[in-house]
Amino acid sequence: MNWINNLVRPKIRSLLNKREVPENLWIKCPETGEMVFHRDLEANAFVVPGSGYHMRMEAKRRLNYFFDGESWEGINLPEVAADPLKFRDERRYTDRLRDARAKTGMQDAILVGAGKVEGVPMVAAVQDFSFMGGSLGMAAGEAVVTGIEAARDRSQPFVMFAASGGARMQEGMLSLMQMPRTTIAVQELREARLPYIVVLTNPTTGGVTASYAMLGDVHIAEPGALIGFAGPRVIEQTIREKLPEGFQRAEYLRDHGMVDMVVHRHHLREVIARICRLLTSPASIEGDTLIEESDTEPEPIGEPEDIPGTAVARA
Amino acid sequence: MRTYLDFEKPVADLQGKVQELRALGTSGDSVTVEDEIGRMEAKALQALTDIYAKLTPWQKTQVARHPDRPHVVDYIKGLIEEFTPLAGDRKYSEDAAMVAGLGRFRGRPVALLGQEKGNDTESRLKHNFGMPRPEGYRKAVRIMELAERFGLPLIALVDTSGAYPGIGAEERGQAEAIARSTDASLALTVPNVAAVIGEGGSGGAVAIAVANRVMMLEHAIYTVASPEASASILWHDSSRAQDAATNMKITAQDLLRLGIIDEIIPEPVGGAHRAPAEAIAATGQAIANALAEFEGKRPEEIRRHRRDKYLAMGRSL
Repeated sequence: MNWINNLVRPKIRSLLNKREVPENLWIKCPETGEMVFHRDLEANAFVVPGSGYHMRMEAKRRLNYFFDGESWEGINLPEVAADPLKFRDERRYTDRLRDARAKTGMQDAILVGAGKVEGVPMVAAVQDFSFMGGSLGMAAGEAVVTGIEAARDRSQPFVMFAASGGARMQEGMLSLMQMPRTTIAVQELREARLPYIVVLTNPTTGGVTASYAMLGDVHIAEPGALIGFAGPRVIEQTIREKLPEGFQRAEYLRDHGMVDMVVHRHHLREVIARICRLLTSPASIEGDTLIEESDTEPEPIGEPEDIPGTAVARA
Repeated sequence: MRTYLDFEKPVADLQGKVQELRALGTSGDSVTVEDEIGRMEAKALQALTDIYAKLTPWQKTQVARHPDRPHVVDYIKGLIEEFTPLAGDRKYSEDAAMVAGLGRFRGRPVALLGQEKGNDTESRLKHNFGMPRPEGYRKAVRIMELAERFGLPLIALVDTSGAYPGIGAEERGQAEAIARSTDASLALTVPNVAAVIGEGGSGGAVAIAVANRVMMLEHAIYTVASPEASASILWHDSSRAQDAATNMKITAQDLLRLGIIDEIIPEPVGGAHRAPAEAIAATGQAIANALAEFEGKRPEEIRRHRRDKYLAMGRSL
């Protein structure tokens, strides 16, 4: 077993690092091998222009791209107990955390912001895969809970950009308990009749998929995103078979009824804004409405453009 | 013939000597032999008590998975009268990994859920080794909604290494099924109790284990991922399961300290598999006590209690 590890792991590591080193000006499309200049990629919201491959997007960039005029207000996230298990594998968990913070400039895997999208005010949380695989620990769980609370306080929709390898192993059961904790937050959002939109990005697996990422009112997936409960490696090891082509990809999940639509990153803003308008326009809410309309003036249902959500989804 | 776990060797040796003496007993001086047997048995019991008083997390993992450990079907037999199994998720199929039904617990109608591992090849296959597919969790949701509608307390007995990781399970939305089951249990306004009787493995356990009162048997384990899976994630080497078990705080004692569970149910000396009836009775008593606490509480209070408990979790560490 060991010689395999020694042989394979450094390679994987160097591969991962390569993609994250900012000085690396040319970036290779993981699908086609095409080389893209990083500015071109950035200008295209990290979608490879030729292949349409959706690369991962840092949380801050994602919020900038998502909100009107790159303008949003950061929601303060509570601090959580540091390393309650005093965990160490090859390294101390506290060291890993410090490195991840230095690398990403984030405190933990989720960033939350409030702003407007096509004029519609909303709160959005972004899970960043580059922070310890976007793993769901106490801080990320608290970020979801706090983000949803902020949406409730403001009577605004909540959008969750999910990306995660699953639970943060280094926090053990405290990490697993974020599944019920985030679910409670989602229930409270539901009770306030505020839209909850999940955008599943590459990859979203494990306890994240098995909790808040599959409890949205509307599920949107980015093209080609890997989405599942068990990771493909685990499944292959269990059943000892090759997995079918496209298995656990966004399009597969749409075909199997788990996501509403697959939407190109460039169209996310308009699709999400449209859904929020449709769900929160006063006429569609019965009786004594729970949503205050004071500063969320219903936007005129705008420009009847082509309907990118469905158009792209079927492309 | 009892099978011993590797760390039980001192006990096995002593009991082996007892057997030998018993065999001799018919020929030798019966008084001294009887004395010797008595001494040996006392020694064996003491050794067993000592060993089980300080089991390591990995040893507990072995005990929690012991093939003779009582399973969900045994608990149902021991605790539930008029048990009436219910089958199927009404959407796709039946899943025997998740046992569900109605019955009477101490005279009072209850709804019941639990993962059953099976105890021989045939029943293990039938129950898929206690690893539910999405249908199992959708059946669980059905039972929870039934309990809610008819005001029945819900008892969940947790014993799974995790939800089944297979192509079909993924195809039919394993993640969504688990999420909805957790969701449904958090929406209940009837009281629910969950007892981890063996292994509580990851999301596949959480789906039915979110409760007003969560208890664990003394030697049960509850994990974010099975020790093997954790080792594979952390070190890309599933053979380091022991290290994972040691580091990840998976025992009832650790989890009580972290505030993740509410109560530990003591096991008989040498583990539940040595005296199943005793372990089952102790579990029954703990469940009864827990349900009694919620007697007369208003429905909204019961749901609020559960939500507040989980929201507070980890905040004061």
